[in-house]
This record gives sequence, structure tokens and C-alpha cells, in this order.
Amino acid sequence: MKIHLTRRYRFAASHRLHSAQLDEEENKRVYGKCNNPYGHGHNYVVEVAVSGPVDPATGMIANLSDLDAFVDREVIEPFDHTYLNEQISEFSERVPTTENICIEIFNRLREFPNAKLERVRVEETSLNSFEYMGEPGSNR
Amino acid sequence: MIYLTRKIEFSASHLYHNPAFSAEENRRVFGKCNNPHGHGHNYVLEVTVAGEPDPATGMVLDLKELKDILQREVTDSMDHRFLNYEVPELAGQIPTCENIAAVIWRFLEPKITRGNLHRVRLYETPDLFVDCYGESNGTGTAPGVRGDESRGVSR
Repeated sequence: MKIHLTRRYRFAASHRLHSAQLDEEENKRVYGKCNNPYGHGHNYVVEVAVSGPVDPATGMIANLSDLDAFVDREVIEPFDHTYLNEQISEFSERVPTTENICIEIFNRLREFPNAKLERVRVEETSLNSFEYMGEPGSNR
Repeated sequence: MIYLTRKIEFSASHLYHNPAFSAEENRRVFGKCNNPHGHGHNYVLEVTVAGEPDPATGMVLDLKELKDILQREVTDSMDHRFLNYEVPELAGQIPTCENIAAVIWRFLEPKITRGNLHRVRLYETPDLFVDCYGESNGTGTAPGVRGDESRGVSR
């Protein structure tokens, strides 16, 4: 039997979808309203799934207080109430689509010391969500 | 392959306490969950069965049959119970979401005779859930429920 533990977190942030590799016209066509030069925001939900042996002394894969502190420090604190394009250095060059946000969050959490990171799922709205499980064969 | 999911809810109380820990250690590791009087949750259980629909009925398995199994195996033994004291299969274990989900998997797995039990997902709150998979179904490589002294949990 394999067991994954999943915890949901939230942050609110703004972003603008604009690619330096596309001209003005193409940016408007590709990103539509999301290309508004002033940006716009979302209430993001982040699901973090980890796996590992259940410690018989605690009944836990990982203590939630450790997971919460790690996710808060690596993701929620730096991302919450920010303009992602300007305030998260990884998005200065990379378009902060939810695909890229999902990958960035996975990369920030992959070193969680108490369990193995299995999956990051990000909901941009209640209708859109994206999942990333790392690259096959990568050492994670 | 079709994956069919049925959801049920049950309400139960529990507390986290390891008699091998000191009182101080219990409080530090388990926090509010160590309250000796216990506390409760409305658990939501999603049970997913994988299989091919029977051409004669169009069903992987009869939902009524699955509903009866869930009633008998889960609701009857866990709903409105204090899990530490009233579910013998949890005796000697900390009734975390991980351990409860594993017990439910073991209750259900032998009872599902049409299709295969694919996943047991147990929500303790809307923001915390555990998924159990059989060895052949999972997407991860967790070695399952087993002691491992090298894996300290907040100690």
C-alpha cells in the first residue's frame, strides 16, 4: 500500500502574462485580458502531496506543523500579496502562467526534508488547475 | 478502464497520544491533537474502484453493492465513534488520517470483488487528505506503512 498526504494552502497574488519573445500584437492575441499592462490577481490554492513511510510512533508521514512551516517559508510568505512578475525573481524572465507557477512551487518544495514531494497542484480559479510531478527520471 | 468513485461522510472523534512519549513530548509532537478529551472531524471518504463495465449491465460494479459495503465496513464501525477506543483495528496506533485511511483500505480491499479497489481518499478537513493506493496502482514509490527509525517526525 502506498500513502500520499495532501495539504491545501492559499495565497493571493497578481500577475501579468506578457512574453518578451512576442510582439505587442501577438501578446494581446495570445494572452487576451491577461495581457492587461496593469496586471490582475487571483486567489491561488496550492495542493502539496508528499509520501513516505508512516512513522509508527506518530502515525504520520510528516508532521503537519513541519510541512506547514516549510511551505509557508518557501512559498506562501514570499508569494502572498505580491506582484509575481516584479517580486519573484524567477518570473522576471519567465511568464507567470499557472503552469510556470506550479513548476516553480514544486522546485521550491522538492527539498522538504521529512518526506518525498510527489505532486504540486495549483488552482488559479475554481475552474482551472495545473499539476506537476517533476520530470520522469529526475532525481527528486 | 473505468474509475468509479463513491463518497460517504462519517463523524468521529480521536486524540493523538503515544504512551512511549513523555507528556511534554506528546504536547510538542501532537500539539492540540493531544488534548486528552479528544476532538472530532467530519471525515469525507472517497472510494475509487477500477474495472471494465460488464456488457450486460453497463456497470463496473453495482453502486448499491458498493454503498452497502461502505455502510457495513466503514460507517457502522467508525461513524459517531471515538476512534482510539472503539475501532479495534486502530488499537495501539495513532489514529492519524494516514492510519485511518490504511485501516479503511484493509477493510474494503477484500470486500470489493467486482473491479479492483484503486484508491481510498480520506479527507480529515477540506484542506487535508490522504490517498492510499495498492502496490500496483500508485503513482509514487512510498514503501507503505512501516516503521523506519531514520525517519524522525518533528522530534
